[in-house]
Amino acid sequence: MAGEFGNPEVIEEDLDILLIGGGMACCGAGYEIMRWAEAAKVEAGVDLKIKLVDKAAMDRSGAVAQGLSAINTYIGSEQDPADYARMVSNDLMGITRDDLAYDLGRHVDESVHLFEEWGLPIWKTDENGERHDGSKGLPSLKDGGKPVRSGKWQIMINGESYKWIVAEAAKKALGMDRIEERVFIVKLVNDKNDPNRIAGAVGFSTRDHKVMVYKAKAILLAAGGCVNIFRPRSVGEGTGRAWYPVWNAGSTYAMAAEAGAELTMMENRFVPARFKDGYGPVGAWFLLFKAQATNCNGEVYMVKNKELLNDYPPYGQAAVPASCLRNHLMLKEMREGRGPIYMDTVTALAKLRETLSPREVKHLEAEAWEDFLDMCVGQCGIWVGENIEPEKKNSELMPTEPYLLGSHSGCCGIWVSGPEDLGAPTSEDHADASKIPGHLPKGWSWGYRSMTTVKGLFTAGDGVGASGHKFSSGSHAEGRMCAKAMVKYCIDNKNVKPELDTSVEQLVEDIYRPVRTYMEFKDYTTAIDINPNYITPKMLQFRLQKIMDEYVAGVATYYTTNDKMLAVAEEKLEMLKEDAMKMRAKDLHELLRAWENYHRILTAEAHMKHIQFREESRYPGFYYRMDKNFVDEENWKCFVNSVYDKSTHKWSLFKRKHYDLVDKSKLFKPAAH
Amino acid sequence: MPTYVRTDKCDGCKGQDKTACMYICPHDLMKLDKDGSETGHAMRAFNQEPEQCWECYSCVKICPQQAIECRHYADIVPLGGSVQPLRGTDSIMWTIKFRNGTLKRFKFPIRTTPEGSIDPYGGKPNAAMANIGKSGFFVESGGYRAGNPAELIRK
Repeated sequence: MAGEFGNPEVIEEDLDILLIGGGMACCGAGYEIMRWAEAAKVEAGVDLKIKLVDKAAMDRSGAVAQGLSAINTYIGSEQDPADYARMVSNDLMGITRDDLAYDLGRHVDESVHLFEEWGLPIWKTDENGERHDGSKGLPSLKDGGKPVRSGKWQIMINGESYKWIVAEAAKKALGMDRIEERVFIVKLVNDKNDPNRIAGAVGFSTRDHKVMVYKAKAILLAAGGCVNIFRPRSVGEGTGRAWYPVWNAGSTYAMAAEAGAELTMMENRFVPARFKDGYGPVGAWFLLFKAQATNCNGEVYMVKNKELLNDYPPYGQAAVPASCLRNHLMLKEMREGRGPIYMDTVTALAKLRETLSPREVKHLEAEAWEDFLDMCVGQCGIWVGENIEPEKKNSELMPTEPYLLGSHSGCCGIWVSGPEDLGAPTSEDHADASKIPGHLPKGWSWGYRSMTTVKGLFTAGDGVGASGHKFSSGSHAEGRMCAKAMVKYCIDNKNVKPELDTSVEQLVEDIYRPVRTYMEFKDYTTAIDINPNYITPKMLQFRLQKIMDEYVAGVATYYTTNDKMLAVAEEKLEMLKEDAMKMRAKDLHELLRAWENYHRILTAEAHMKHIQFREESRYPGFYYRMDKNFVDEENWKCFVNSVYDKSTHKWSLFKRKHYDLVDKSKLFKPAAH
Repeated sequence: MPTYVRTDKCDGCKGQDKTACMYICPHDLMKLDKDGSETGHAMRAFNQEPEQCWECYSCVKICPQQAIECRHYADIVPLGGSVQPLRGTDSIMWTIKFRNGTLKRFKFPIRTTPEGSIDPYGGKPNAAMANIGKSGFFVESGGYRAGNPAELIRK
């Protein structure tokens, strides 16, 4: 029987493998998995039932929906995965998992080569050193074509249709009968017979009145990072102009936490310094067009304030200082009243005109615009509205509100099993080892690449913590690694029959609670949005953003907090979490927003608890704990991890020891400048 | 700039249950007002939550009637500019109009293969179960970087 609002049809499905999300990671998984599933069928007699669900449409879902102007991770034959692991580590202030970064570094170019084969135009440099867009038929990367490097790791692309292309391959590989779009998964379900095993996931259709209950042996949870837990700099229509996609609601972290998965480095955040208000990318401007950022007086703050880098050895002394430290140098100018900060596009383009061929000069203006049009059209909107032509007028830069993610210059996420062949630790040998809850694995590997500490639950992309700098290509490659490991897991566990630890009736009740609340109380008041019995998802989000902004080092306090402010935030977030149970949903669209905001609250709470636990300021420029305003290498060069108990609603935090698997001192050999 | 739908161009995707913009919007913003009760314009789509719009242009690019445009965020951007694409199968054309009337046009490639032509496993080997526990993918395309073993200091 077809469902109706408040009384949904319940669809139950038994699967082996469920992929949650349709972004780069799940597209990678979808591509890789069918070949291994075929092998499992032919060679092991195991016929796996696989499904992918996406809350949007795969052609334009995830962080690459709009397109990209560069692939930020391409190792190339000239660099070693160890170089990549070193870069990731230094950019994230020394605390990353070398096993994960190295492993990604050795796999990622495989995915980039596929993208090019599928039709993604990749810019090339010809034998004269001139650059050409990706449609000119120069040899492919696989055949020795030379990419246009905008940085050591980045290559330029014509990437408006990047996601469309990657999704086409994934959809064809999986087949449309294995894909369901517009299904929003909101909760994972543990196994009745083993609370530390995954058994399924539940969600709802945002189009029809249906609740989906999936049972699965293995689940890949790759639903992106977290946006809009902090009050954004623009609060009107501009609220939507977040730097990272506004639909990334922390679902990955929140659902994993509720399932009992160990999180890691949730104190980490990313505060990108971007073109003001439009959040246009700066990478090509800095790296390809060689522009410099200045204060209001035209002084280059990276030069003027370079001595500040010496406060944070060794991370400030690498050839490229950590991203947070670059912000740290900018913030000094802003705090001391020397804003606005500008990207000096005028000087940069004038200089380039001196050295380029006439053809290239003509091309240069187009390249500058394409950089935005491919991935951040909104920035062009600001340029046209404010009459900014970059060769004539400089643009303002600004550090944004904080974002939580694990695939860009951030490393929060879930603690996962890494590769076994790189020398990663296999035991916990440190003073705080006894504080790690006993049910959690020891060492960095427990059998299946990218499996979380919950059996059968995998993650990739923004979900994998303590790594970072995977970007689009790395997230795709990581999804592929997961796919392979999940097939192996299903073969190894072929006799396990997942059983949900919660009744379907209860799950439906939980999911539709905001709808039921609305139906019960809507006629109590005349104004639909003002009602003492419920809160709208929108107001709940405003409340969350106010708390995080004012107490947990948002833009309101120039990214500063302290133990006392965190204690206030803790109390306010607890009440907010209680009130989240009183969210209303007047339609399916609002039910989507209600659950997104529930996920945001849990993610925000994890962020706050981790900052509170880590008694130092590991990421100056991203946040400062003013009561502990230093980097403490002796006590805090370690992972901060946590687990959440969904029945008591309490977090437990603990340390895990950090190890270097590659020699980091190589980073610091060039003379510090 | 939240997107907006022009009443003179939108045809509600000719009475289909779901419009192209509804299909594609990553944030579930586009909605078809079937009977006109929400907007006064029956069988037209609208952006139901403009302050949540990422300006990703997915709806603008997919609209078969070119009925969707953007008016840049009112709380940030002065009025009068516009940035409008026309997306084809292998390239995209942008028409850029400044507030002061300056006009620019750009065309960029978006794809080097025909749309829908990807043959995901064409010419690719099968996976072999013997490799499932090893590093690497089912197929190699010259991008696997084994790395210098001497770099691994704990091995």
